[in-house]
Amino acid sequence: MNRLVKKSVSNFFAFKIPTKSLCTGVVKVPGSNVAEILNENEKKENTTSNSIQQYDIAIVGGGLVGMALASFLASMPMTKQLSVAIIDSNPALSGSMSIKKEDPPDPRVSTVTPATISFMKDAGAWKYVEQNRHAYFDKMQVWDYTGLGYARYNARDVNKDFLGCVAENKVLHSALLSCIQDSDFKRTIYPLRLNSMTLNRSSMSVVEENMSSRESSSAQGQCARLQLSDGNSIYAKLVVGADGGKSRVRELAGFKTTGWNYSQNAIICTVEHPSENRCAWQRFLPTGPIALLPIGDKFSNIVWTMSPTESNQRKSIAEEEFLKDVNSALDYGYGPHPTSSLSGTQDLFSWFQMDTTVSANESFEVPPKITKLVSERMVFPLSLRHANSYASKRVVLIGDAAHTVHPLAGQGVNLGFGDAYSLSRVIAEGIALGTDIGEVNLLKKYEAERKPANISMMAILESFQKAYSVDFGPFNILRAAAFHGANYIPPLKRTIISYASGEQNFPVFL
Amino acid sequence: MALNVTIHRILRHRRFLNSANSTLHLTNTRCFSHAPSPSPSQSSKANDKDPHSGSSSLKDNELAKFAAISDTWWDSEGPFKPLHLMNPTRLAFIRSTLCRHFKRDPYSTRPFERLKIVDVGCGGGILSEPLARLGATVTGVDAVEKNIKIARLHADLDPTTSTIEYCCTTAGTYTHLNSFLLSIAFSHWVYAYQDHFECSQVIEHVANPEEFCKSLAALTNPDGATVVSTINRSMRAYATAIVAAEYILHWLPKGTHQWSSFLTPEELAMILHRAGINVEEMAGFVYNPLTGRWLLSDDISVNFIAFATKSQNAI
Repeated sequence: MNRLVKKSVSNFFAFKIPTKSLCTGVVKVPGSNVAEILNENEKKENTTSNSIQQYDIAIVGGGLVGMALASFLASMPMTKQLSVAIIDSNPALSGSMSIKKEDPPDPRVSTVTPATISFMKDAGAWKYVEQNRHAYFDKMQVWDYTGLGYARYNARDVNKDFLGCVAENKVLHSALLSCIQDSDFKRTIYPLRLNSMTLNRSSMSVVEENMSSRESSSAQGQCARLQLSDGNSIYAKLVVGADGGKSRVRELAGFKTTGWNYSQNAIICTVEHPSENRCAWQRFLPTGPIALLPIGDKFSNIVWTMSPTESNQRKSIAEEEFLKDVNSALDYGYGPHPTSSLSGTQDLFSWFQMDTTVSANESFEVPPKITKLVSERMVFPLSLRHANSYASKRVVLIGDAAHTVHPLAGQGVNLGFGDAYSLSRVIAEGIALGTDIGEVNLLKKYEAERKPANISMMAILESFQKAYSVDFGPFNILRAAAFHGANYIPPLKRTIISYASGEQNFPVFL
Repeated sequence: MALNVTIHRILRHRRFLNSANSTLHLTNTRCFSHAPSPSPSQSSKANDKDPHSGSSSLKDNELAKFAAISDTWWDSEGPFKPLHLMNPTRLAFIRSTLCRHFKRDPYSTRPFERLKIVDVGCGGGILSEPLARLGATVTGVDAVEKNIKIARLHADLDPTTSTIEYCCTTAGTYTHLNSFLLSIAFSHWVYAYQDHFECSQVIEHVANPEEFCKSLAALTNPDGATVVSTINRSMRAYATAIVAAEYILHWLPKGTHQWSSFLTPEELAMILHRAGINVEEMAGFVYNPLTGRWLLSDDISVNFIAFATKSQNAI
């Protein structure tokens, strides 16, 4: 009986083909003979049984997090046989753009934590990053404009070699792309945009539809259908939204978000300095933090958060003016240097003598003087956004589509990589147990793992952001006390470092 | 192929199921096999035990309970939510025991390739579909017609699961059940038996578990496997599976389970042993209310699952 049904269904579908090819034919090649087009398309359709391609997973958004998910899936034995469609109109994905080593560093960089580095090593992508420009840093110094306190972190506090690595986004992206191209992972890149999406919410309604109309899509009844910008459609069992803060997938799937825009923009640019830099510097100013991150050679990246008017002004002023502003912001501007008050605090924290960290004995250092601006200045608005849920039937969100954060701790893309890692493990588990990968219960496992971790990180970053935007005497002293505590209480410092490195998911003080 | 279709049609039209003899006739003409056909004495014994003629090892009121909610099988938030939540845990146990028994690669994505599995009491196909995705050739059997319809339609939505064959036993006598099971064996595989029988959360709804197990055993291949999962007849199970699940948390409709029909692990092992199947491994399912997930554990006091094999020397 099943076979009879299938036969009648495929006959019905055969009737549907000519009308479909007529539409696409006209859209694609307007000038030529319609009959010719029909024949061509029919020939094409006859060679493939379905004109609509079906995939296991459709990753919408081929940025860092989308490609990370694809490479994690490609590297695991359970999932590497899945067929994946990547939908992104970015030309970099076609693999034709290569990275020239002589180019100055791009201002778009990311700080990757040791946890992310280990994920990428597992997937086999990290070796490609090391072939291009990248910078490991093992020291970090954080202070503010009041000059009342500072904190220095050293990788040797937690017996590691480095606290993190800074790399240009294009380097990370091409590393992930190369990793995928290495394996015989079945992926198809669609250089298009997503127009709309149809999800079959209730499987039983699809079943009733099929019973009454004998639709040709009975075999695809369980899949989500994505309409792309060139008019074509694809089917997928699972749609992954990795398309960034203004996610189209999130919008189409109806996920609600909570969040607000910070009345702050970030200016980013690449600068040069006379000597090599292996330390990440961050100074909190009244208007927002300025960070100096090493990229490699004598280059560093500046991320400076300030109000929108100031950012527009700083973007347009002359280079020398801008460099003067940067040096003043990092150095003497806005307030004095903190004094390395080792003697004063000795007796207060003397019981920790046995357990002092390496960095507690280091004194305050002045960041390197910036001599040259090597790239254009780019400005980005900052906001906080969090999707109320990450998963529903057949759709799941990862990366910035699920959460956007303030760049003050360099955590944004690392949360995204954590999401991609967790989702790939959950999908592998599902395949091992024969589950349909679009099933809600499976996707909720991913949500249950990542949501608490993401929310706690966002809460901490938000509290930092709010705490540093207030210039009020007693508050400043509280912040200074917090700096001292973080600097001189070794267990606290170690917890902070391992939480920021992604080794711990929650800032539990153990 | 045509004969397969014929048998399916015949079974669905129910005419032939009213008389055991005609089904037997079909099977006898069709195949060469060493299957023990149900002897007349056995069938009369079954009839003597049951006060009503024409009743089976399946209870009618049980069937009615399931028929009432069969539309919601695939609604993962509906009345079958506990079963959906428990499903991955059952599959984990089945996957690991079967891979070990049949010497399959545990890291393969389709470890059950070429294994023939029958899911007895398949309901809407919640267990059959993942088994098919793992590569097995699955046959789903259920007594409620509506369930089979739903299962078939849902399985057709995905090309990997559309190969599952679903068959409905109607509420007939024990002999019907047995001969029916025989017939499905013969309609698919001329010389072979089933490699593996799957019977999950069913046996507590069956009126005569001993005869039920005998029929399962009769059709398992020598060196084949049987997995049975059910609820223990313990005080803890009464508190958890009946009081908590039905009356307090409302996970299951009231009256879904009867404590007196539960089997203890020892009883199940004994019944299976009498049928020629030896229980090798047992595990329990434990629910963690904080994470909302089921886990495999050694605690067999409430839900438990048993993996058994038919010895090679058995008939």
